[in-house]
Amino acid sequence: MKSTELMIKIIDNIATTIHENKEYLTELDAKIGDSDHGINMDKGFKMVQEKLHAVKDKDCGTILKTVAMTLVSTVGGASGPLYGTAFLKAASVVSDKKEINKDDIVKMFEEAIMGIKMRGKANKGDKTMLDALIPAYEELKKSIENNETIIEAFDKGQKAAYEGVEYTKKIAAKKGRASYLGERSIGHQDPGATSSYLMLKAIYDTLKEAK
Amino acid sequence: MKKIINNPESVVEEMLEGIVNAHPEYVKRLEGFNVLVRADAPVKGKVALVSGGGSGHEPSHGGYVGKGMLDAAVAGEVFTSPTPDQVFEAIKAVDGGSGVLLVIKNYTGDVMNFEMAAEMAEMEGIKVDSVIVNDDVAVENSTYTTGRRGIAGTVFVHKIAGAAADKGLELKEVKRIAEKVINNVRTMGMSLTPCTVPAAGKPSFELAEDEMEVGLGIHGEPGTHRDKIKTADEITEHLLEKIFNDIEVNEKDEVAVMVNGLGGTPLMELYIVNRKVKDILQEKGIKVYKTFVGNFMTSLEMAGCSVSILKLDDELKELLSAKADTIAFKQFEE
Repeated sequence: MKSTELMIKIIDNIATTIHENKEYLTELDAKIGDSDHGINMDKGFKMVQEKLHAVKDKDCGTILKTVAMTLVSTVGGASGPLYGTAFLKAASVVSDKKEINKDDIVKMFEEAIMGIKMRGKANKGDKTMLDALIPAYEELKKSIENNETIIEAFDKGQKAAYEGVEYTKKIAAKKGRASYLGERSIGHQDPGATSSYLMLKAIYDTLKEAK
Repeated sequence: MKKIINNPESVVEEMLEGIVNAHPEYVKRLEGFNVLVRADAPVKGKVALVSGGGSGHEPSHGGYVGKGMLDAAVAGEVFTSPTPDQVFEAIKAVDGGSGVLLVIKNYTGDVMNFEMAAEMAEMEGIKVDSVIVNDDVAVENSTYTTGRRGIAGTVFVHKIAGAAADKGLELKEVKRIAEKVINNVRTMGMSLTPCTVPAAGKPSFELAEDEMEVGLGIHGEPGTHRDKIKTADEITEHLLEKIFNDIEVNEKDEVAVMVNGLGGTPLMELYIVNRKVKDILQEKGIKVYKTFVGNFMTSLEMAGCSVSILKLDDELKELLSAKADTIAFKQFEE
């Protein structure tokens, strides 16, 4: 399968996964935020799904940039600019490329995380999406460096992300609205880390299916 | 909920239409966007000022678009930051070739969305810089912010940085002056009633008939404490005490005062507050250079007020007195 075709499939699957978990994400957010994470993410990815068709013959950079700008203009709040920045940074790695390789994937992931850190002025341990994404990136990178397949790399990545989500239950939030609850946020898993995990899981599932 | 609206979903859209209908000589709307720009935008060769944020704070910020103040105001949904694409359009529409300064109130969402728009504009070769207003002395961190909130003091930043841009100063200088205002302005507020976001349909909090919330934010987020309602003089004393605990203003210093209504407070009460402000400042030997009383930065129909004190030097005085002609703020040359 061509990289662009696979990318479209992956994004479409992410959108479906987010939609299926809309209520779940919103419930998580209701406990420590303002209970709109699932609703806003679903609104954004629904619009992404609508716009994907128009860019299906374009390069990977254009596809990801379209995802970014759509999320930025529809999701709102903090998640919009955060995920928007992540996709935009990833897009910059593969602009004009129709085929991408393993190194591109590692670089895209790395840029996306740096983008989120910069935009949210957050780091690992703040109880944010980074607690799922950073361990996932580290595992994925290690796996690719060990010459494992992309599927194996994303399998390890999504497992690490899942553990990252579990870890957010044990810590107090330092960023976002949940941070005003301070210690009271302990015991609740972070909705942003959860949506990040769900996205990685969707990537892995798509790759496995497409094999 | 009892409001003169048609549909909670379309309040911002319909308000913007109404503003443009009323004041076409001041503002025009960017088609397809919730952005008001000066009727004569872009002004060639002048640094452009762009501000904005959630709606519900009228006349902020659209009311300050015009000569000597803002070039564009971006309106988000009620109490919700506008998205970067909207801010980006505003920047593009008003850039006159000398760069754009973003005036951002310190709320996590606003800062992220405006900064992202700034990066998008820079990618297109537009010079953009930004300042973050955090004048509220009430709380260090709040429901919507890391650090202090930006509230009514923002209007002083619009006025003074706007005058600096109007004078033809370059972007770096306009930013320096905007930051000088931010460093020298402090605000403290209180409320008697909550407000209702149209889409939510019910008040964001409840206050008993004899209670007031001290130090609350302009979205109804909690303040420092709840107290039994006191007299105007006692309330004013407390607000100023908080401000003077935070900024050193000495005898013979000159200040500008803003007594701001939150939307549901009669001017009568605001003037009663101002009377006491003047008394307290006089006692301290502080000179009042200019006083502004009115609804500048509101919170829908919330009853309550805030007091802002801006410490002045010659440069700020000159710019504060410079001509401004906008829908909600007019200053004639002296």
